[in-house]
Amino acid sequence: MSRLILSRRRLMSAGTVGLAGLMLEGCDRLSHAPRFQNAIGRTEDLTKASQRLLLTGQPLAKEFSATQISPVFKPNGSVMPDSDAYQELMANNFADWRLVVEGLVRRPVQLSLDQLKAMPARTQITRHDCVEGWSAVGQWTGVQLARVLNLVSPLPQARYVVFRCADDLANTGDASGLYYESIDFFDALHPQTILAYELNGKPLPVANGAPLRLRVERQLGYKQAKYVMRIQLVDRLDQLGRGKGGFWEDRGYAWYAGI
Amino acid sequence: MTTEAIETPVATKPRPPSRAREVIHRHSGVVRLTHWINVLVVSLLLMSGLQIFNAHPMLYWGSYGANFDHAWLAALARSTPTGLHGGLRIGGVVLDTNGVIGVSPGPGGQTLVRGFPTWATLPSWQDLATGRRWHFFLAWILVLNGLVYLLAGALNGHFRRDLAPTRRELSPRSLLASVVDHIRLRHPTGEAAKRYNILQKLAYVGVVFVLLPGMVVTGLAMSPGVDAFAPWLTTVLGGRASARSIHFICANLIVLFVIVHVVEVFLAGVVNEVGSMITGRYVLPREHGQ
Ligand code: HEM
Repeated sequence: MSRLILSRRRLMSAGTVGLAGLMLEGCDRLSHAPRFQNAIGRTEDLTKASQRLLLTGQPLAKEFSATQISPVFKPNGSVMPDSDAYQELMANNFADWRLVVEGLVRRPVQLSLDQLKAMPARTQITRHDCVEGWSAVGQWTGVQLARVLNLVSPLPQARYVVFRCADDLANTGDASGLYYESIDFFDALHPQTILAYELNGKPLPVANGAPLRLRVERQLGYKQAKYVMRIQLVDRLDQLGRGKGGFWEDRGYAWYAGI
Repeated sequence: MTTEAIETPVATKPRPPSRAREVIHRHSGVVRLTHWINVLVVSLLLMSGLQIFNAHPMLYWGSYGANFDHAWLAALARSTPTGLHGGLRIGGVVLDTNGVIGVSPGPGGQTLVRGFPTWATLPSWQDLATGRRWHFFLAWILVLNGLVYLLAGALNGHFRRDLAPTRRELSPRSLLASVVDHIRLRHPTGEAAKRYNILQKLAYVGVVFVLLPGMVVTGLAMSPGVDAFAPWLTTVLGGRASARSIHFICANLIVLFVIVHVVEVFLAGVVNEVGSMITGRYVLPREHGQ
């Protein structure tokens, strides 16, 4: 009897180790299976719906005091777009740069940096949360996206605001690797959603997205498009890039980056 | 835990009562089901969590923290004359964790610079997007499964009856006695084996009401969306970087709990113990000396 129990015990240990091995192998396989990943990725909808419910009243993201600003605001992703077009704009201190706002709008516009700076500004000290896990606090000054959208009068069928950027993060050398991002009107019209041209009281450094970057404070860092050249209003996202609504979204990350 | 069958007849000849095999009903269906779901989900959450940790294997205190700030914990890959050498810095102490943390072998034996090694992460290769997809899917399951367990345990009296320590058990004498029993690897028998012992109760209460809820709360505190809704939560935890550190520490405490827990299960008799968590039926260990 005790020999039997001993062997059962040994069997149990061996079984546990074997099971764990199988589990690891199985999980790796499931990580490669697009249909399974799609299925578990659907929890993003649940997360988004729950968070949107919590955020119904459009509360502001926490703002910090000047003493709480990170000594160095870590630049990430592209830090120097290398296209000739961008290099030329930079050489001229972005005097020739124009923000194009177009798509499903009544009055498309092109705005210079001076024109944007002439509009009412908002300054906010907020925390930037990178998807990788680090955070940095910085002070941003810019114009509320809602004001720019007001200028162009979006058409009723417009559902998303798309940001087209100058940096070729995938290094493809063609337009397919250019950074882009998208948000919906829930976030686009939020008072803290700004097109920032200053960081910590100074003109936005190139490493942080000069001349203009998006701040959409209730989402992760990859939504904060840098080097914004063009804003496009659209009714669907599946015709842009690889169809997921953003550079990192096309590479597996969630479109709703509230967590 | 109610006594279900006093005696299982094995032979026609009546045996003396002390030889009787007493079987009790130890775990309710809800506890058994939610326990095994939890085992699977917590294991995978841990591994996908380590995948996420690997994207930035450093931890900070306060509202923010990135490469230029002071990390209280960091995985290291230091170059030495013989190649890269892995380490883990905690405060001012550097531990040699080569082969496991910092630098570890890849599937083909190649040297990888990685927080945790391939065998500890989900998926095994570096893939933050997939790790996050697993993690947040599993987090929802953990919460739903946990709610079922908590609701059932609160309503059917399981927590009051089986998990809540009694005042007498909490006396220093009884605590000391239980510690001594554990050190001597003596497991309760007979009547006493029908209940969880006091250290066991405290461990379960700690995991069920502190560590697992703590994982959920610190996880939510890291979400910029939740932070906009309830900024006080992140503030109470000392800021987002602190919430991430506490999340990591709680995960480690859960690992510690599981190691001790599984060792105890083996010491107490893995077949009977695990069997009871599967079928609910538990054979009472006989009194010592019989
Ligand atoms: C392979 C791993 C595991 C095994 C074999 C295992 C086995 C068991 C067994 C046999 C019991 C019943 C103990 C008794 O009746 O005296 C138990 C109870 C328990 N286990 Fe585990 N367990 C494992 C992993 C975990 C994990 C990962 C957690 C949570 C993080 C956990 C939390 C608990 C709790 C809270 C109880 C008490 C449940 C209650 O009575 O409400 N276990 N486990």
